[in-house]
Amino acid sequence: MEAPGQALLSVRDLHASFHTDAGVVKAVDGVSFDLRRGEVLAVVGESGSGKSVTAMSLLGLLPSPPARVSGQVLWKGRDLVGLAEPEMRKVRGAEIAMVFQDPMSSLNPLHTVGRQIAEVVRLHTTSSKRQAWERAIEMMDLVGIPQARRRAKSYPHEFSGGMRQRVMIAIALACDPDLLIADEPTTALDVTIQAQVLELLQETKERTSSAILLITHDLGIVAGMADEVLVMYAGKVVERGPARDVFYRSRHPYTLGLLAALPRVDDEAADNRLRPIEGTPPSLIHVPSGCSFHPRCSFRRLETCSVDEPPLAAHGGEAHRAACHFAEDVVSVAPADLQRSVPSAAAAAPGP
Amino acid sequence: MAGSILASATAEAGDLAAPALDGGQRDGVLQRVARRPSGVVGLLLTTFVGVVSSFSGWIAPGDPFLLGNPALLPPSGGHRFGTDNLGRDLFRAVVHGMRTSMTVVVWVTVISAVIGITIGAVAGYRAGVVDRALMRVTELFQTIPRFFLALLAMSLFEPTLRTLIIVLGLTSWTLLARVVRAETLSIRTREYVESARAAGGNDVHILVHHVLPNILPTAIVVISLGASRVILLEAGLAFLGLSDQDRMSLGFLINNAQQFLEQAWWMSVFPGVAIVLAVLGINLLADTFNDVLNPLLRREPAGARGSILRMPGGEV
Amino acid sequence: MSAGYLARRLLGVVPALFGVLAVTFVLVHAVPGDPAVLLAGEAATPDRLEEIRRDLGLDRPLPQQFVTYAANVARGDLGVSISQGRPVNAIIAERIGPTLLLSGTALGISSFLGLLLGLVGARRPYGRFDLVVNTASLVGYALPAFWLAQMAVLVFAVHLGWFPLLGYTDIRRELTGFDHLSDVGYHLALPALVLAASEVALLARVTRTGLLQELGRDYVRTARAKGAAEDEVLNNHALRNALLPVVTLLGTRVGFLVSGAVVIEAVFSWPGLGSVIVTAAQQADRITMLGLVLVVAVGVIFANLLTDLLYGWVDPRVRHR
Repeated sequence: MEAPGQALLSVRDLHASFHTDAGVVKAVDGVSFDLRRGEVLAVVGESGSGKSVTAMSLLGLLPSPPARVSGQVLWKGRDLVGLAEPEMRKVRGAEIAMVFQDPMSSLNPLHTVGRQIAEVVRLHTTSSKRQAWERAIEMMDLVGIPQARRRAKSYPHEFSGGMRQRVMIAIALACDPDLLIADEPTTALDVTIQAQVLELLQETKERTSSAILLITHDLGIVAGMADEVLVMYAGKVVERGPARDVFYRSRHPYTLGLLAALPRVDDEAADNRLRPIEGTPPSLIHVPSGCSFHPRCSFRRLETCSVDEPPLAAHGGEAHRAACHFAEDVVSVAPADLQRSVPSAAAAAPGP
Repeated sequence: MAGSILASATAEAGDLAAPALDGGQRDGVLQRVARRPSGVVGLLLTTFVGVVSSFSGWIAPGDPFLLGNPALLPPSGGHRFGTDNLGRDLFRAVVHGMRTSMTVVVWVTVISAVIGITIGAVAGYRAGVVDRALMRVTELFQTIPRFFLALLAMSLFEPTLRTLIIVLGLTSWTLLARVVRAETLSIRTREYVESARAAGGNDVHILVHHVLPNILPTAIVVISLGASRVILLEAGLAFLGLSDQDRMSLGFLINNAQQFLEQAWWMSVFPGVAIVLAVLGINLLADTFNDVLNPLLRREPAGARGSILRMPGGEV
Repeated sequence: MSAGYLARRLLGVVPALFGVLAVTFVLVHAVPGDPAVLLAGEAATPDRLEEIRRDLGLDRPLPQQFVTYAANVARGDLGVSISQGRPVNAIIAERIGPTLLLSGTALGISSFLGLLLGLVGARRPYGRFDLVVNTASLVGYALPAFWLAQMAVLVFAVHLGWFPLLGYTDIRRELTGFDHLSDVGYHLALPALVLAASEVALLARVTRTGLLQELGRDYVRTARAKGAAEDEVLNNHALRNALLPVVTLLGTRVGFLVSGAVVIEAVFSWPGLGSVIVTAAQQADRITMLGLVLVVAVGVIFANLLTDLLYGWVDPRVRHR
């Protein structure tokens, strides 16, 4: 157990790269953050920003080769990077558990769900087959699957999407982990089911005083759940801080763009289509010089932004940091202003 | 080969930007095939076999059945592959046997490709009742092993090269039809096909100009693997004595070698090696094609990749 | 397995059987001239021709002829062999044993070795062992079985003397009981290995590719995230999923195995259906040929049925459909 007040998980200068025929892909490039018990940290970014790879490298789940991971992942004071496989396996599933995006493909189609939940119990405890099975039923009950005893004998294809994700969560929670990594846990689900699953995650966290690392591209989810937010772009952290600060006083143009792309429920008249940030995510082999976001940025000044890489500097308090040369200009702009500048969203409501 | 696994491993590892991995894929398919060792060997072997059978009359002139040399001569300067029990020159026999083999392969491939692509494309494009009926017929043809059907036909009809070609041609299209159907099914609902239909394009035009170009890469792999099986089939039938008696055949030569194995190894070794080279060459080419086309196929739905893997499973 | 699934599979056999009969029937009637003369040969006596016409009901309209033909086959009456003057079903019954023994043994050897090699190869993809197996299977798949058989005889029987040259048993010795069995096994080894060779090549490749594909799937990632060791991931999760296509493949290979067995038998003088076919071919004994094709086709149909049932047993998604 970690010392009181100390972070449960402390990541320092994490790098993950893939060596391919086409060159070295730097998927994660110097990421650092802390996570305490009872906290929810959201990692947000477009696909390709390195958020999933960050999660996978915490657990040592990246295939190596071609992946290469360096830096520090301090888990309860112990560095997980370079930890021997047998030791690492004791952490996976027991202390740190993971919930994945697509609950259909993430469950083995040939095993009953009960067996898949019991498996993780058997891996990490000395329980008998019967005890593990009972634990599986208990977990299914806990995550709100009706008639758990009967349904434990069913196969994944006999469940709905939402129920399958509950099974995934039951697997993750079966060994009472201290940290739950949820990688896009609701992306594949209907909106109403999404809310239920998020609520389940929130409840669990409160009951077990564990921590959650929530990986998502959906800022709507983040707003409701996260204490801290980490925004990633091209493998780097471009902004981080308390959720409230990052949302209401964004200091990075990319964060602002993500917020502007959010469909707005309070705004019936506006065009509700997602407005993706203009341009495409950069190639991770040939990352742009200077600030990697500059080719897509509307605040850029070429002579500065294409040359110097901005440091992740503190703005308005130690906790809130952003990597932008013009962070002070950004903070004066509300996401709604960005929307207003686009003709199709002319009737945008005032910013929050 | 190594490239594709790396790409898939990295792609599966997380949300990497796909464009980053697609560098260096702009070249044509042939160039990419020629860059792999297996592709080079396959190309060389296939070209070699093709040249030898095309110019057999010039490389080894004369009647391959001609007797008159001393019997059972080991390979030497005069008779590079030696002679058989009746004094036939084995070099000439093997070269002409390769020609027979290639004649059968080319014709059977053309016939079965036309039937297979037509049936598969129509079934996949029309879907519904037509599809079900055509697939039933295809399954039926898959039930009777080709080998036995050919045996039967060769004994019922006159055992000529033409009979053999027709029988094999009429029975070798089933796998191709199934693969083409699966591909067509997935293509027909795509936007450009739908819009071509909405614009009132006629079905034949849509099939030829929109569907066919898209199924061609997969079809080529299936067709070439099928061709290599036909070589083995022809040799096997000839080995059992069911072939055109007027044409020299590699299978016939190997059958003839059976009684003389202990005295004259060359009677079996050279025709056998000729078959292996021809089959291996085509297999290597098909394999490399598959590897090269795979990164593209992996993104297709309907298990396009799985069907490629199962291709060698088509029975003889 | 649901009763519905079972029933549907069993019913699915009927049209296949009907189709096989139809194809053979059409083939016989597609040849110009009198089918009786075609089947019995030019040299047949008028009595014999009359007998065949009566058996096949050749004086009646075609649909009725087909019914007669189908009924005969259903009763197990495949006609009387022209070259041997005995019922074809008796000839087949007498010779089918060694062929089944040979192809069954080869199927067993190839399933075991193919899976094993594929599994070991997938453990370290692109490692040295994997490359050797990959190359070997590419070459193995290009070898004509009958030629490989001759080469095997040349090396292992003629030069090294490890195996007998040919035959089913040692005819010089009268062996009984266990000695007889071990003698058959000794004679069986080389032909079975040769027949299995190209199958091993194919199965190893399909198993390896299937496993590698499965190892990249999401549920495997889940298993790893649970803390399962790589061996457990492979054996408990990936293997069973990778076996599904292999099972299907095995079913489709039965026809190929029997075809291969028939050809190889000629090299080893194995007293199975192969020799029946060679004689029938040489003597234009078309009735025997027809009977053989029917028996093999029916065998393949039932092998496929077995595969389907096996598949349903392994895969709950199919079973519940």
